[in-house]
Amino acid sequence: MIYMSLTPSEIDALLISLRASFFATLFGLPFAILIAYVLARFRFPGHGLLNVVVHLPLVLPPVVTGYLLLLTLGRKAPLGAALETCCGIVFSFRWTGAALAAGIMAFPLIVRAVRLSIEAIDTRLEQSALTLGAHPVWVFLTITLPLALPGIVAGAILGFAKALGEFGATITFVSNIPGETQTLPSAIYSYTQIPNGDGPALRLVIIAIVISMAALFASEAMARRVKTRIIS
Amino acid sequence: MKGLEIAVTHTIGSFSLSLEFRSSAHLLAVGGPSGSGKTTLVNMISGLITPHSGMIRINGATVFDSDKKINIPVHKRRIGYVFQDGRLFPHLNVRSNLLYGKWFARKDSAIEFETVVKFLGLESLLSRGTAQLSGGERQRVAIGRALLSAPELLLMDEPLASLDQARKNDILPYIERLRDEIKIPIVYVSHNAQEIHRLADEILMLKDGTVESISANDKS
Repeated sequence: MIYMSLTPSEIDALLISLRASFFATLFGLPFAILIAYVLARFRFPGHGLLNVVVHLPLVLPPVVTGYLLLLTLGRKAPLGAALETCCGIVFSFRWTGAALAAGIMAFPLIVRAVRLSIEAIDTRLEQSALTLGAHPVWVFLTITLPLALPGIVAGAILGFAKALGEFGATITFVSNIPGETQTLPSAIYSYTQIPNGDGPALRLVIIAIVISMAALFASEAMARRVKTRIIS
Repeated sequence: MKGLEIAVTHTIGSFSLSLEFRSSAHLLAVGGPSGSGKTTLVNMISGLITPHSGMIRINGATVFDSDKKINIPVHKRRIGYVFQDGRLFPHLNVRSNLLYGKWFARKDSAIEFETVVKFLGLESLLSRGTAQLSGGERQRVAIGRALLSAPELLLMDEPLASLDQARKNDILPYIERLRDEIKIPIVYVSHNAQEIHRLADEILMLKDGTVESISANDKS
Protein backbone atom coordinates (compact mmCIF):
# COMPACT_ATOMS: atom_id res chain seq x y z
CA MET A 1 0.00 0.00 0.00
CA ILE A 2 2.86 2.30 0.81
CA TYR A 3 4.33 1.29 -2.52
CA MET A 4 1.11 2.34 -4.32
CA SER A 5 1.28 5.85 -2.93
CA LEU A 6 4.89 6.43 -3.97
CA THR A 7 5.61 9.04 -6.61
CA PRO A 8 7.44 7.91 -9.77
CA SER A 9 10.71 9.47 -8.61
CA GLU A 10 10.40 7.71 -5.24
CA ILE A 11 9.85 4.40 -7.01
CA ASP A 12 12.91 5.18 -9.10
CA ALA A 13 14.90 5.84 -5.93
CA LEU A 14 13.77 2.51 -4.46
CA LEU A 15 14.59 0.58 -7.63
CA ILE A 16 17.99 2.28 -8.02
CA SER A 17 18.78 1.42 -4.41
CA LEU A 18 17.81 -2.22 -4.88
CA ARG A 19 19.67 -2.50 -8.19
CA ALA A 20 22.82 -0.79 -6.92
CA SER A 21 22.85 -2.91 -3.77
CA PHE A 22 22.25 -6.12 -5.69
CA PHE A 23 25.13 -5.53 -8.09
CA ALA A 24 27.35 -4.20 -5.31
CA THR A 25 26.88 -7.51 -3.48
CA LEU A 26 27.10 -9.67 -6.61
CA PHE A 27 30.42 -8.21 -7.76
CA GLY A 28 31.80 -7.63 -4.28
CA LEU A 29 31.18 -11.16 -3.01
CA PRO A 30 33.80 -13.10 -5.04
CA PHE A 31 36.52 -10.58 -4.14
CA ALA A 32 35.41 -10.59 -0.52
CA ILE A 33 35.61 -14.40 -0.37
CA LEU A 34 39.06 -14.37 -1.96
CA ILE A 35 40.41 -11.73 0.43
CA ALA A 36 38.76 -13.37 3.43
CA TYR A 37 40.41 -16.68 2.45
CA VAL A 38 43.82 -15.06 2.02
CA LEU A 39 43.52 -13.23 5.35
CA ALA A 40 42.29 -16.36 7.15
CA ARG A 41 44.71 -18.90 5.75
CA PHE A 42 47.99 -17.18 4.88
CA ARG A 43 50.56 -15.21 6.82
CA PHE A 44 52.75 -12.97 4.70
CA PRO A 45 54.46 -9.57 4.89
CA GLY A 46 51.73 -7.03 4.30
CA HIS A 47 49.02 -9.18 5.93
CA GLY A 48 48.31 -6.49 8.50
CA LEU A 49 48.31 -3.77 5.87
CA LEU A 50 45.85 -5.66 3.65
CA ASN A 51 43.58 -6.17 6.64
CA VAL A 52 43.70 -2.45 7.46
CA VAL A 53 43.04 -1.38 3.85
CA VAL A 54 40.04 -3.72 3.61
CA HIS A 55 38.59 -2.32 6.82
CA LEU A 56 39.29 1.31 5.96
CA PRO A 57 35.82 2.07 4.51
CA LEU A 58 34.35 0.96 7.83
CA VAL A 59 36.19 3.66 9.80
CA LEU A 60 36.81 6.44 7.29
CA PRO A 61 34.15 9.15 7.05
CA PRO A 62 32.04 7.93 4.08
CA VAL A 63 32.45 11.32 2.46
CA VAL A 64 36.21 10.66 2.30
CA THR A 65 35.65 7.34 0.52
CA GLY A 66 33.27 9.05 -1.89
CA TYR A 67 35.73 11.86 -2.55
CA LEU A 68 38.58 9.41 -3.15
CA LEU A 69 36.36 7.60 -5.66
CA LEU A 70 35.66 10.92 -7.36
CA LEU A 71 39.40 11.65 -7.49
CA THR A 72 40.27 8.27 -9.01
CA LEU A 73 37.23 7.33 -11.08
CA GLY A 74 35.65 10.67 -11.91
CA ARG A 75 35.45 11.45 -15.62
CA LYS A 76 38.34 13.90 -15.39
CA ALA A 77 40.53 11.55 -13.37
CA PRO A 78 43.06 9.56 -15.44
CA LEU A 79 41.74 6.15 -14.41
CA GLY A 80 38.10 7.14 -14.87
CA ALA A 81 38.84 8.62 -18.31
CA ALA A 82 40.85 5.56 -19.34
CA LEU A 83 38.01 3.21 -18.33
CA GLU A 84 35.58 5.24 -20.39
CA THR A 85 37.72 5.29 -23.55
CA CYS A 86 38.83 1.66 -23.38
CA CYS A 87 35.70 -0.12 -22.21
CA GLY A 88 32.91 2.44 -22.11
CA ILE A 89 32.62 2.06 -18.35
CA VAL A 90 31.50 5.20 -16.57
CA PHE A 91 30.97 5.38 -12.82
CA SER A 92 30.61 9.06 -12.02
CA PHE A 93 27.05 10.37 -11.85
CA ARG A 94 25.61 7.00 -12.90
CA TRP A 95 23.82 4.33 -10.91
CA THR A 96 26.84 2.09 -11.53
CA GLY A 97 28.84 4.56 -9.43
CA ALA A 98 26.25 4.23 -6.68
CA ALA A 99 26.72 0.46 -6.89
CA LEU A 100 30.52 0.83 -6.69
CA ALA A 101 30.38 3.19 -3.70
CA ALA A 102 27.89 0.93 -1.93
CA GLY A 103 29.98 -2.12 -2.73
CA ILE A 104 33.12 -0.59 -1.28
CA MET A 105 31.32 0.46 1.88
CA ALA A 106 29.76 -3.00 2.31
CA PHE A 107 32.99 -4.86 1.47
CA PRO A 108 34.55 -4.96 4.97
CA LEU A 109 31.36 -6.37 6.48
CA ILE A 110 31.23 -9.19 3.94
CA VAL A 111 34.94 -9.95 4.38
CA ARG A 112 34.56 -10.12 8.17
CA ALA A 113 31.62 -12.53 8.06
CA VAL A 114 33.27 -14.80 5.49
CA ARG A 115 36.65 -14.72 7.22
CA LEU A 116 35.15 -15.78 10.56
CA SER A 117 33.42 -18.74 8.96
CA ILE A 118 36.57 -19.79 7.08
CA GLU A 119 38.61 -19.56 10.28
CA ALA A 120 36.09 -21.83 11.97
CA ILE A 121 36.78 -24.61 9.46
CA ASP A 122 39.12 -27.37 10.65
CA THR A 123 42.16 -27.05 8.36
CA ARG A 124 42.80 -30.76 8.87
CA LEU A 125 39.78 -31.46 6.65
CA GLU A 126 41.49 -29.53 3.87
CA GLN A 127 44.72 -31.47 4.47
CA SER A 128 42.77 -34.67 4.31
CA ALA A 129 41.33 -33.65 0.91
CA LEU A 130 44.86 -32.89 -0.34
CA THR A 131 46.05 -36.37 0.62
CA LEU A 132 43.16 -37.80 -1.42
CA GLY A 133 44.69 -36.20 -4.51
CA ALA A 134 42.61 -33.01 -4.81
CA HIS A 135 44.36 -29.94 -6.20
CA PRO A 136 44.36 -27.04 -3.69
CA VAL A 137 41.94 -25.05 -5.89
CA TRP A 138 39.57 -28.02 -5.93
CA VAL A 139 39.93 -28.38 -2.16
CA PHE A 140 38.90 -24.75 -1.83
CA LEU A 141 35.86 -25.23 -4.08
CA THR A 142 34.63 -28.54 -2.67
CA ILE A 143 35.61 -28.35 1.02
CA THR A 144 36.35 -24.80 2.16
CA LEU A 145 33.60 -23.00 0.25
CA PRO A 146 30.69 -25.32 1.15
CA LEU A 147 31.73 -25.38 4.82
CA ALA A 148 31.95 -21.57 4.85
CA LEU A 149 28.54 -21.22 3.20
CA PRO A 150 26.63 -20.04 6.28
CA GLY A 151 29.09 -17.17 6.72
CA ILE A 152 29.04 -16.37 3.02
CA VAL A 153 25.25 -16.19 2.90
CA ALA A 154 25.06 -14.13 6.09
CA GLY A 155 27.82 -11.83 4.85
CA ALA A 156 26.16 -11.31 1.49
CA ILE A 157 22.82 -10.36 3.00
CA LEU A 158 24.45 -8.13 5.60
CA GLY A 159 26.47 -6.48 2.82
CA PHE A 160 23.30 -6.00 0.78
CA ALA A 161 21.60 -4.29 3.72
CA LYS A 162 24.63 -2.09 4.31
CA ALA A 163 24.77 -1.16 0.61
CA LEU A 164 21.10 -0.26 0.72
CA GLY A 165 21.75 2.18 3.54
CA GLU A 166 24.85 3.77 2.02
CA PHE A 167 24.58 7.54 1.82
CA GLY A 168 27.75 9.59 2.35
CA ALA A 169 30.07 7.98 -0.18
CA THR A 170 27.29 7.65 -2.74
CA ILE A 171 26.11 11.24 -2.64
CA THR A 172 29.72 12.51 -2.74
CA PHE A 173 30.70 10.32 -5.67
CA VAL A 174 27.57 10.28 -7.87
CA SER A 175 25.52 13.14 -6.39
CA ASN A 176 21.74 12.98 -5.97
CA ILE A 177 20.15 13.00 -9.43
CA PRO A 178 16.51 11.81 -9.38
CA GLY A 179 16.01 8.88 -11.74
CA GLU A 180 19.74 8.30 -12.19
CA THR A 181 21.70 8.26 -8.93
CA GLN A 182 19.11 9.14 -6.31
CA THR A 183 18.91 6.23 -3.87
CA LEU A 184 16.46 5.71 -1.05
CA PRO A 185 18.67 7.42 1.56
CA SER A 186 19.44 10.37 -0.70
CA ALA A 187 15.73 10.76 -1.55
CA ILE A 188 14.98 10.86 2.18
CA TYR A 189 17.72 13.42 2.63
CA SER A 190 16.24 15.58 -0.16
CA TYR A 191 12.82 15.52 1.50
CA THR A 192 14.27 16.64 4.80
CA GLN A 193 15.68 19.71 3.03
CA ILE A 194 12.35 21.00 1.68
CA PRO A 195 9.25 22.39 3.45
CA ASN A 196 6.49 19.83 4.04
CA GLY A 197 8.89 17.02 3.23
CA ASP A 198 8.36 15.16 6.53
CA GLY A 199 5.43 13.04 5.33
CA PRO A 200 7.12 11.68 2.19
CA ALA A 201 10.39 11.28 4.08
CA LEU A 202 8.67 9.16 6.73
CA ARG A 203 7.09 6.99 4.04
CA LEU A 204 10.53 6.21 2.61
CA VAL A 205 11.96 5.71 6.09
CA ILE A 206 9.39 3.00 6.75
CA ILE A 207 10.31 1.28 3.48
CA ALA A 208 13.99 1.44 4.41
CA ILE A 209 13.30 -0.06 7.84
CA VAL A 210 11.16 -2.86 6.40
CA ILE A 211 13.76 -3.83 3.76
CA SER A 212 16.63 -3.75 6.26
CA MET A 213 14.79 -5.85 8.81
CA ALA A 214 13.72 -8.33 6.15
CA ALA A 215 17.36 -8.63 5.03
CA LEU A 216 18.56 -9.28 8.58
CA PHE A 217 15.86 -11.88 9.20
CA ALA A 218 16.66 -13.54 5.89
CA SER A 219 20.36 -13.55 6.75
CA GLU A 220 19.73 -15.27 10.09
CA ALA A 221 17.27 -17.76 8.62
CA MET A 222 19.53 -18.70 5.70
CA ALA A 223 22.54 -19.12 7.95
CA ARG A 224 20.54 -21.39 10.25
CA ARG A 225 19.19 -23.45 7.37
CA VAL A 226 22.57 -23.96 5.76
CA LYS A 227 24.10 -24.84 9.10
CA THR A 228 21.52 -27.50 9.93
CA ARG A 229 21.90 -28.96 6.45
CA ILE A 230 25.66 -29.22 6.87
CA ILE A 231 25.45 -30.76 10.32
CA SER A 232 22.78 -33.34 9.50
CA MET B 1 62.28 -51.02 -5.09
CA LYS B 2 58.85 -51.69 -3.57
CA GLY B 3 58.37 -49.92 -0.27
CA LEU B 4 59.87 -47.00 1.48
CA GLU B 5 63.33 -45.43 1.64
CA ILE B 6 63.85 -42.52 3.97
CA ALA B 7 66.81 -40.44 5.13
CA VAL B 8 65.68 -37.12 6.58
CA THR B 9 66.53 -34.52 9.15
CA HIS B 10 64.10 -31.99 10.50
CA THR B 11 63.67 -29.60 13.41
CA ILE B 12 60.48 -28.21 14.90
CA GLY B 13 61.29 -25.75 17.69
CA SER B 14 63.59 -27.56 20.10
CA PHE B 15 62.65 -31.02 18.78
CA SER B 16 65.03 -32.39 16.20
CA LEU B 17 64.55 -35.50 14.17
CA SER B 18 67.01 -37.53 12.17
CA LEU B 19 65.72 -40.75 10.60
CA GLU B 20 67.20 -43.20 8.17
CA PHE B 21 65.69 -46.56 7.23
CA ARG B 22 64.26 -48.59 4.41
CA SER B 23 61.47 -51.10 4.46
CA SER B 24 59.66 -53.25 1.93
CA ALA B 25 57.24 -54.77 4.43
CA HIS B 26 53.56 -55.14 3.57
CA LEU B 27 52.82 -53.53 6.88
CA LEU B 28 55.49 -51.52 8.62
CA ALA B 29 54.41 -50.64 12.14
CA VAL B 30 55.91 -47.52 13.66
CA GLY B 31 56.03 -47.49 17.45
CA GLY B 32 57.63 -45.50 20.21
CA PRO B 33 56.63 -43.13 23.01
CA SER B 34 54.68 -39.89 22.43
CA GLY B 35 56.95 -37.21 21.08
CA SER B 36 59.32 -39.69 19.45
CA GLY B 37 58.41 -38.38 15.99
CA LYS B 38 55.88 -40.96 14.70
CA THR B 39 53.29 -38.50 13.40
CA THR B 40 56.00 -36.17 12.09
CA LEU B 41 57.35 -39.10 10.09
CA VAL B 42 54.03 -39.92 8.42
CA ASN B 43 53.32 -36.25 7.80
CA MET B 44 56.66 -36.00 6.02
CA ILE B 45 55.88 -39.05 3.89
CA SER B 46 52.49 -37.56 2.95
CA GLY B 47 54.03 -34.16 2.20
CA LEU B 48 52.06 -32.28 4.86
CA ILE B 49 55.42 -31.46 6.49
CA THR B 50 58.48 -30.66 4.40
CA PRO B 51 61.66 -32.03 5.99
CA HIS B 52 64.57 -29.68 6.44
CA SER B 53 66.80 -31.94 4.36
CA GLY B 54 67.13 -35.49 3.04
CA MET B 55 65.19 -37.72 0.68
CA ILE B 56 62.02 -39.83 0.64
CA ARG B 57 61.36 -42.52 -1.93
CA ILE B 58 58.12 -44.46 -2.30
CA ASN B 59 58.15 -47.63 -4.41
CA GLY B 60 61.28 -46.35 -6.11
CA ALA B 61 59.84 -42.93 -6.97
CA THR B 62 61.48 -39.92 -5.34
CA VAL B 63 58.84 -37.70 -3.74
CA PHE B 64 61.30 -35.55 -1.82
CA ASP B 65 64.98 -34.82 -2.32
CA SER B 66 66.45 -31.64 -0.86
CA ASP B 67 69.69 -31.93 -2.93
CA LYS B 68 67.84 -32.28 -6.22
CA LYS B 69 65.18 -29.77 -5.11
CA ILE B 70 62.38 -32.30 -5.58
CA ASN B 71 59.28 -31.86 -3.45
CA ILE B 72 56.15 -33.41 -4.93
CA PRO B 73 53.08 -31.60 -3.52
CA VAL B 74 50.72 -33.50 -1.24
CA HIS B 75 47.97 -33.97 -3.79
CA LYS B 76 50.30 -35.55 -6.34
CA ARG B 77 52.01 -38.05 -4.01
CA ARG B 78 49.28 -40.67 -4.23
CA ILE B 79 49.40 -41.41 -0.54
CA GLY B 80 46.32 -42.66 1.27
CA TYR B 81 46.21 -41.21 4.77
CA VAL B 82 43.91 -42.52 7.48
CA PHE B 83 43.95 -40.12 10.41
CA GLN B 84 43.23 -40.94 14.02
CA ASP B 85 40.03 -38.87 13.99
CA GLY B 86 38.77 -40.01 10.58
CA ARG B 87 38.44 -36.48 9.23
CA LEU B 88 35.39 -37.28 7.15
CA PHE B 89 33.91 -34.31 5.32
CA PRO B 90 30.89 -33.24 7.39
CA HIS B 91 28.96 -31.75 4.46
CA LEU B 92 29.09 -34.94 2.39
CA ASN B 93 27.39 -38.26 3.04
CA VAL B 94 29.26 -41.54 3.28
CA ARG B 95 29.04 -42.30 -0.43
CA SER B 96 30.36 -38.87 -1.43
CA ASN B 97 33.12 -39.12 1.15
CA LEU B 98 34.18 -42.48 -0.28
CA LEU B 99 34.12 -41.18 -3.84
CA TYR B 100 35.99 -37.94 -3.10
CA GLY B 101 39.44 -39.29 -3.88
CA LYS B 102 38.27 -41.56 -6.69
CA TRP B 103 37.85 -38.51 -8.94
CA PHE B 104 41.62 -38.03 -8.89
CA ALA B 105 42.72 -41.67 -8.93
CA ARG B 106 44.43 -43.05 -12.02
CA LYS B 107 41.81 -45.11 -13.79
CA ASP B 108 44.03 -48.14 -14.44
CA SER B 109 45.07 -48.60 -10.83
CA ALA B 110 41.74 -47.74 -9.27
CA ILE B 111 40.00 -50.20 -6.99
CA GLU B 112 36.31 -50.72 -7.72
CA PHE B 113 33.88 -48.84 -5.50
CA GLU B 114 31.76 -51.97 -4.97
CA THR B 115 34.83 -53.97 -4.00
CA VAL B 116 35.82 -51.51 -1.29
CA VAL B 117 32.28 -51.14 0.02
CA LYS B 118 31.95 -54.92 0.31
CA PHE B 119 35.44 -55.34 1.71
CA LEU B 120 34.76 -52.90 4.56
CA GLY B 121 31.08 -53.81 5.05
CA LEU B 122 29.79 -50.32 4.27
CA GLU B 123 26.71 -51.32 2.23
CA SER B 124 24.16 -50.09 4.76
CA LEU B 125 25.95 -46.83 5.54
CA LEU B 126 26.25 -45.28 2.08
CA SER B 127 23.44 -42.74 2.29
CA ARG B 128 24.11 -41.75 5.89
CA GLY B 129 25.52 -38.42 7.02
CA THR B 130 28.86 -38.61 8.79
CA ALA B 131 27.36 -37.42 12.08
CA GLN B 132 25.26 -40.61 12.23
CA LEU B 133 28.27 -42.93 12.26
CA SER B 134 29.86 -44.62 15.25
CA GLY B 135 33.59 -44.24 15.82
CA GLY B 136 34.33 -47.61 14.26
CA GLU B 137 32.16 -46.92 11.24
CA ARG B 138 33.87 -43.58 10.73
CA GLN B 139 37.26 -45.25 10.61
CA ARG B 140 36.05 -47.88 8.15
CA VAL B 141 34.75 -45.12 5.88
CA ALA B 142 38.05 -43.25 6.25
CA ILE B 143 39.96 -46.40 5.24
CA GLY B 144 37.64 -46.94 2.26
CA ARG B 145 38.02 -43.33 1.18
CA ALA B 146 41.81 -43.60 1.27
CA LEU B 147 41.76 -46.91 -0.67
CA LEU B 148 39.54 -45.48 -3.41
CA SER B 149 42.08 -42.74 -4.14
CA ALA B 150 44.25 -45.63 -5.45
CA PRO B 151 47.29 -44.86 -3.30
CA GLU B 152 50.82 -46.16 -3.76
CA LEU B 153 51.15 -46.31 0.00
CA LEU B 154 48.68 -46.24 2.86
CA LEU B 155 49.52 -44.25 5.99
CA MET B 156 47.53 -45.01 9.13
CA ASP B 157 48.19 -42.78 12.11
CA GLU B 158 46.77 -44.37 15.27
CA PRO B 159 43.57 -45.31 13.41
CA LEU B 160 42.21 -47.22 16.41
CA ALA B 161 43.37 -44.98 19.24
CA SER B 162 40.03 -43.23 19.69
CA LEU B 163 38.03 -46.49 19.80
CA ASP B 164 37.18 -48.72 22.74
CA GLN B 165 38.52 -52.29 22.84
CA ALA B 166 35.36 -53.84 21.36
CA ARG B 167 35.46 -51.49 18.35
CA LYS B 168 39.17 -52.12 17.96
CA ASN B 169 38.51 -55.83 17.77
CA ASP B 170 35.90 -55.12 15.08
CA ILE B 171 38.32 -53.23 12.89
CA LEU B 172 41.56 -55.18 13.37
CA PRO B 173 40.44 -58.03 11.06
CA TYR B 174 39.74 -55.49 8.29
CA ILE B 175 43.26 -54.15 8.60
CA GLU B 176 44.70 -57.67 8.56
CA ARG B 177 42.78 -58.45 5.38
CA LEU B 178 43.92 -55.15 3.92
CA ARG B 179 47.52 -56.17 4.61
CA ASP B 180 47.10 -59.66 3.16
CA GLU B 181 44.72 -59.15 0.23
CA ILE B 182 45.29 -55.66 -1.14
CA LYS B 183 48.76 -55.11 -2.43
CA ILE B 184 49.36 -51.63 -1.07
CA PRO B 185 52.18 -51.20 1.45
CA ILE B 186 50.97 -49.83 4.77
CA VAL B 187 52.76 -47.68 7.32
CA TYR B 188 50.91 -48.12 10.59
CA VAL B 189 51.61 -45.82 13.53
CA SER B 190 50.62 -47.03 16.97
CA HIS B 191 51.78 -46.83 20.55
CA ASN B 192 49.90 -50.03 21.35
CA ALA B 193 52.37 -52.94 21.54
CA GLN B 194 49.61 -55.54 21.20
CA GLU B 195 48.28 -54.01 17.97
CA ILE B 196 51.77 -53.71 16.55
CA HIS B 197 52.63 -57.29 17.37
CA ARG B 198 49.41 -58.56 15.81
CA LEU B 199 49.59 -56.55 12.58
CA ALA B 200 53.19 -55.83 11.68
CA ASP B 201 55.49 -57.59 9.24
CA GLU B 202 58.23 -55.27 10.30
CA ILE B 203 58.53 -52.97 13.31
CA LEU B 204 60.23 -49.58 13.37
CA MET B 205 60.78 -48.21 16.86
CA LEU B 206 61.46 -44.49 17.22
CA LYS B 207 62.95 -42.72 20.20
CA ASP B 208 63.65 -38.99 20.60
CA GLY B 209 63.47 -38.42 16.86
CA THR B 210 65.83 -41.22 15.88
CA VAL B 211 65.49 -44.86 14.80
CA GLU B 212 65.90 -47.04 17.86
CA SER B 213 65.46 -50.31 15.98
CA ILE B 214 63.94 -51.82 12.86
CA SER B 215 63.32 -55.54 12.71
CA ALA B 216 61.01 -58.21 11.36
CA ASN B 217 58.06 -59.06 13.59
CA ASP B 218 57.93 -62.64 14.76
CA LYS B 219 54.16 -63.16 14.81
CA SER B 220 54.30 -66.63 16.36
